[in-house]
Amino acid sequence: MACDLSEYIKIDNILENNSWEESALISILHEIENLYNYLPAWALRYISEKLNIPMIQVYGVASFYDAFHLKPRGKHLIRVCKGTACYLRGAAQVSEALEKELGIKEGETTPDQNFSLQSVRCLGACALAPVVLIGERYFDKASPTKIRSMLKKVQ
Amino acid sequence: MLKQIDPNKQRVRICLGTGCRARGSIDVLKAFNCEIEKRNLQIQIECIQTGCHGFCERGPVVVIAPKEFFYQKVKPQDVAEIVSKTILNGEAVSRLLYTDPVTGKKAVYEYEVPFYKKQTRPVLINNGRIDPTNILDYIVIGGYQALAKAITTISCEEIINIIEESGLRGRGGAGFPTGRKWRLCRKARGDVKFVIGNGDEGDPGAFSDRSLMEANPHSILEGMIIGAYAIGANQGYLYLRAEYPLALKQIQTAIDQAREYGFLGKNIFNSGFDFDIKIIRGGGAFICGESSALIASIEGKMGEPRAKYIHTVERGLQNKPTNLNNVKTWANVPLIINNGADWYAKIGTAKSKGTGIFSLVGKVNNTGLIEIPMGTSLKQIVYDIGGGIIGSKRFKAVQTGGPSGGCLPEELLDLPVDFEKLTEAGSMLGSGGIIVMDENTCMVDVARYFLDFLQNESCGKCVPCREGIKRMLEIVTNITLGKGKEEDLELLQELAETVKDFSLCGLGQTAPNTVLSTLRYFRDEYDAHVKDKKCPAGICKNLIEYLILDGKCTGCGVCLKLCPQKAIQGEPKKIHQIDSSKCTRCGICRDACPFEAIMIKSDVN
Repeated sequence: MACDLSEYIKIDNILENNSWEESALISILHEIENLYNYLPAWALRYISEKLNIPMIQVYGVASFYDAFHLKPRGKHLIRVCKGTACYLRGAAQVSEALEKELGIKEGETTPDQNFSLQSVRCLGACALAPVVLIGERYFDKASPTKIRSMLKKVQ
Repeated sequence: MLKQIDPNKQRVRICLGTGCRARGSIDVLKAFNCEIEKRNLQIQIECIQTGCHGFCERGPVVVIAPKEFFYQKVKPQDVAEIVSKTILNGEAVSRLLYTDPVTGKKAVYEYEVPFYKKQTRPVLINNGRIDPTNILDYIVIGGYQALAKAITTISCEEIINIIEESGLRGRGGAGFPTGRKWRLCRKARGDVKFVIGNGDEGDPGAFSDRSLMEANPHSILEGMIIGAYAIGANQGYLYLRAEYPLALKQIQTAIDQAREYGFLGKNIFNSGFDFDIKIIRGGGAFICGESSALIASIEGKMGEPRAKYIHTVERGLQNKPTNLNNVKTWANVPLIINNGADWYAKIGTAKSKGTGIFSLVGKVNNTGLIEIPMGTSLKQIVYDIGGGIIGSKRFKAVQTGGPSGGCLPEELLDLPVDFEKLTEAGSMLGSGGIIVMDENTCMVDVARYFLDFLQNESCGKCVPCREGIKRMLEIVTNITLGKGKEEDLELLQELAETVKDFSLCGLGQTAPNTVLSTLRYFRDEYDAHVKDKKCPAGICKNLIEYLILDGKCTGCGVCLKLCPQKAIQGEPKKIHQIDSSKCTRCGICRDACPFEAIMIKSDVN
């Protein structure tokens, strides 16, 4: 539970922006995700209550779509593109090397909350394949040997 | 109002599409603006940002109009020279020109570049020419004229007739005749109707919808408004993929501007017709490209499809008649209204009219966004436009239609690309990815890759898809691990056919295509994995070994230092060796070796 009342007011504002509509659930979840970088459980429970949508439905939608995360994510979000073009040019090796370097698996966050590693289906930047996006920064033609310098550049 | 745009002014058009942006085109734009201001040239020169020019491989791309000088891989430090030489003196900056790798000839102007020369680009032509954030740019090139013409001079029935006669078919993949869909929706009973633009491009390796939305959003809006008018809908939705923040921004700006200019809103062109468009952000689920799943998603639910016997044109969004088309389909509509059905029907083949927009990616030299008349052969696409395979590798396969499509071998390179021909060959046109694979691609691993993708994306509603894909993935994964048995291939074939025949929606029905097409055309690779426990392409880790070549290794020690497993041993200046039991086949040593001395075992012989 969030202890601070002001956090609930933020959620109320989001609900207000979406006219308290049940059909706007995905849009509401996007806004909460933008705010906290993940979907806190207390926020899901709160919107379930306020919009009168069963929690199972809110959880269903939140876990169905890749854009939503149920666990907090690190300061730097590393997204390894696993689209077909990147896969053909060695994205799997890049991802494995990142897992080794950071000591976490895909979908996890480092214990110091610094990095989260995630694979994405396609960033649509196929000319840069294999491409890794750290925060807002693109790294093109990534390879296992470039990993350390990439991580250094964003720290 | 159009006085603000002077056609004789020199215009620097800088691509700010996702590809060029990632390579630093924003800095190039800033450098141009600085340079123009520094030299006080604001009156003579205008610098605009455009969407994707298509030639992403060579980004950042800059074109100087009106002469159309074409510069590639431009950096901020090149800008001063471009301004002095090209803009002020009309001369080309030679080192920034594109050189044809075959003839060695330099192309000065955009239309001379082979990548563009061999395309026909009625839909994409304006992508690199207009500023997507400025509606006036679109109006100057004739934008919204089709809308004016349609609403003020053509009846709704007649618009549908024109679209039907043009032969336009849905660009989302299935290829349903657009005019017929519109007619069904118009005839469907109900006062409230909806139109939807599907921009949820979920195929990995496809970015054509995104590029169009980012570069020319008004063309999509104009098509949707015309369609809504013809069908009798007053509300539209544009469903956008979550991973496309730039497209979201450009479409939002375009909608705001269209409202401001009266193209959206109440009483459009004084006709009494009201229409507005709302953007819906997707949640990143491949299944939401399927129409009924997409509609569920707009309603705020999980993207689960429903049975096809309920037609969305009769009962779609909120159970009201709904016409859904891909954004590329919508963008074709203004062209057809402006140029006539006959003009459109002349492009393409007997049953597939018009042009197709594809993202050409993979092991091909010219990665980018292309537009070609339907019926163009795969060979022309891969070699003439794509510039052939990277390096000296051999072509192996081309994959079309994303995870729903199939892999086609070299023998089928002469196949004309259209809806029917690709389906007959066991693939499909899909939403527009053409992925080129070379000899270093393992076709069994490709099948595993797509199955893995699809089992993640299967919504889980029906058993054949949910369980079938999972079991297929298990079998294929075992084969790539060297644990395959001969009878597995028969079982795989049977499972694939069952999933194809009995799944509820398009995702499941097309999911086995990669397996079926690779079994059909690349059976020898499956056999090599199963019988000989070999991966001919050198990809499947359990079936390969890394080796250091005696003749090439100089004992420099680079690989030894980098190997994360400490699997490499050797004295300085003496030949090194890899301990295969420790090696995890990560490939770092092979990437790093300056002498190309590290090979995959199947390569050694």
